[in-house]
Amino acid sequence: MLDAGRTEETLLEVNNIEVIYNHVILVLKGVSLSVPKGGITALLGGNGAGKTTTLKAISNLLKSERGEVTKGSITYRGERVQDLAPTDLVKKGVIQVMEGRHCFEHLTVEENLLTGAYTRGASKADIDADLELVYSYFPRLEERRRSQAGYTSGGEQQMLAIGRALMSRPETILLDEPSMGLAPQLVEEIFNIVKTLNENEGATFLLAEQNTNVALRFANYGYILESGRVVMDGPADDLRENPDVKEFYLGMSEEGRRSFRDVRSYRRRKRWLS
Amino acid sequence: MPEQFIWGIEVFLNGLMTGVLYSLVALGFVLIFKASGIFNFAQGVMALFAALTLVGIMEGQVPFSHLINATFGTEIHHFGWHVPAWLAIILTMGVMVLLAWLVNKLIFQHLVNQPPIILFMAAIGLAYFLEGLGDMMWGADIKELDVGLPQGINTTIDEVTYNLFGYGFFIDNLDLWATGIAAVLVAALVIFAQYSKHGRAMRAVADDHQAALSVGISLKFIWIMVWSLAGFVALVAGIMWGTKSGVQFSLSLIALKALPVLMLGGFTSIPGAIVGGLIIGVGEKLFEFIVGPLVGGATENWFAYVLALIFLVFRPQGLFGEKIIERV
Repeated sequence: MLDAGRTEETLLEVNNIEVIYNHVILVLKGVSLSVPKGGITALLGGNGAGKTTTLKAISNLLKSERGEVTKGSITYRGERVQDLAPTDLVKKGVIQVMEGRHCFEHLTVEENLLTGAYTRGASKADIDADLELVYSYFPRLEERRRSQAGYTSGGEQQMLAIGRALMSRPETILLDEPSMGLAPQLVEEIFNIVKTLNENEGATFLLAEQNTNVALRFANYGYILESGRVVMDGPADDLRENPDVKEFYLGMSEEGRRSFRDVRSYRRRKRWLS
Repeated sequence: MPEQFIWGIEVFLNGLMTGVLYSLVALGFVLIFKASGIFNFAQGVMALFAALTLVGIMEGQVPFSHLINATFGTEIHHFGWHVPAWLAIILTMGVMVLLAWLVNKLIFQHLVNQPPIILFMAAIGLAYFLEGLGDMMWGADIKELDVGLPQGINTTIDEVTYNLFGYGFFIDNLDLWATGIAAVLVAALVIFAQYSKHGRAMRAVADDHQAALSVGISLKFIWIMVWSLAGFVALVAGIMWGTKSGVQFSLSLIALKALPVLMLGGFTSIPGAIVGGLIIGVGEKLFEFIVGPLVGGATENWFAYVLALIFLVFRPQGLFGEKIIERV
């Protein structure tokens, strides 16, 4: 992994991509974003906005769901990656932690972690050292190393999914909805670990999250997606102060509840009114 | 000791030996089912195909000779050489790996994420295609297979039991070998699945395709590997059955016997396939021996299925099947 600290170098560029499922369902209608090295970039938006699809387009897991990037380009370190198999992307250092954890239920916690090192031709000593590293971040996993992953709690499974990804020694982690179905306290814990990993190990994160409040507190930069388009983007602090974001995503408003009839701009309001 | 009891022991032992062969076929099923969720109806035919190919290579038979002769009016049947058994086995294994690759490339790779029934239909189609291909390549006649495994009554067991009970057990040497080889095969497969990197990846794929893809496991590679392993198991089963009763097309029917074995042992458990096979083998022989005379015989045909039915009602995941993990 790389040195800590956010730099100006861009690792991942998504350029105006369009994604179609099953040859008919248009899900992404031109999404562009860039992920700087060493940063935490958040991808925000409601249900069905296209967050997961964007992540899967990058990690190339779309094909197994009959989805396809039909327009635009995805580059990693300046190199076109959208035709690579997921295996090759993992070898390049891009790994996705999928929404809903997706642990291997019948494998033990430790075996789950070991599958993360599948693409590496590393020696046993290296892998053991990495196991120790993962356990140092997630001590609860060490306590449960011998139990079947299917019997661990939701929080532990989320930790396991992140730990498993770490075992591939990634440069960039695509983290999909880490807060899903977890108690607020656990969400906080997971995000703190993400922040620590980002600072100590220099891992770059692109995280998709519905929980805008938490995500914007931990991220450096945010993109807001609505029905397959980026409708707003900016540094996390700016987004947090933006009155529209406050109203629609953070549930705060300066003048109490406003009537939607008075609201000017953007797309989603129109959709609500029509 | 009463005679009946001693005969019973002999029947039990012979049942055990038959069971080993059921287990071998069931093992192939389990491997593929675990890793890809495909119920490989073609496993029995694969054993037949492997045995046919093995005999063909050993005898120096020209593949597709009937077709060639009919088309070009030639009269070729043999290359005129004989290949030693060990080399023929290696070559046949090569053919099975090629088959594994083709099956994935041409059929199952295009059916990723399809419902199980579609995969099942594809497997049935594959079974019939493979049966026809075997017929066309090597001819439909019954062939003798002899790879040098010892056959005939084991005289030591005969003598020892004669001295003990005054009645010599008839145990075939081939059955003893089959048991030994199956035991080694199973142990090797279990160790492979449990402790090796690719074995772990195989189990991971069995649990969750998408997650396996996301950590960089290549499904294509794992599936070809699993089909090759199943091909290898089929080859071993084919050799055993072929040596025992000749290589003939009824061999593909033992695939049906593997079904009750799987229901008993559980579709996802390697040890389950083995124990299930042994229980069915012993059960049907003992049942025939004890109950058969009372009902006029022929119980071997249905015993296994009735047993499977009972299991489906009371323990649908089988003896060793993975319990469906449900968190509350």
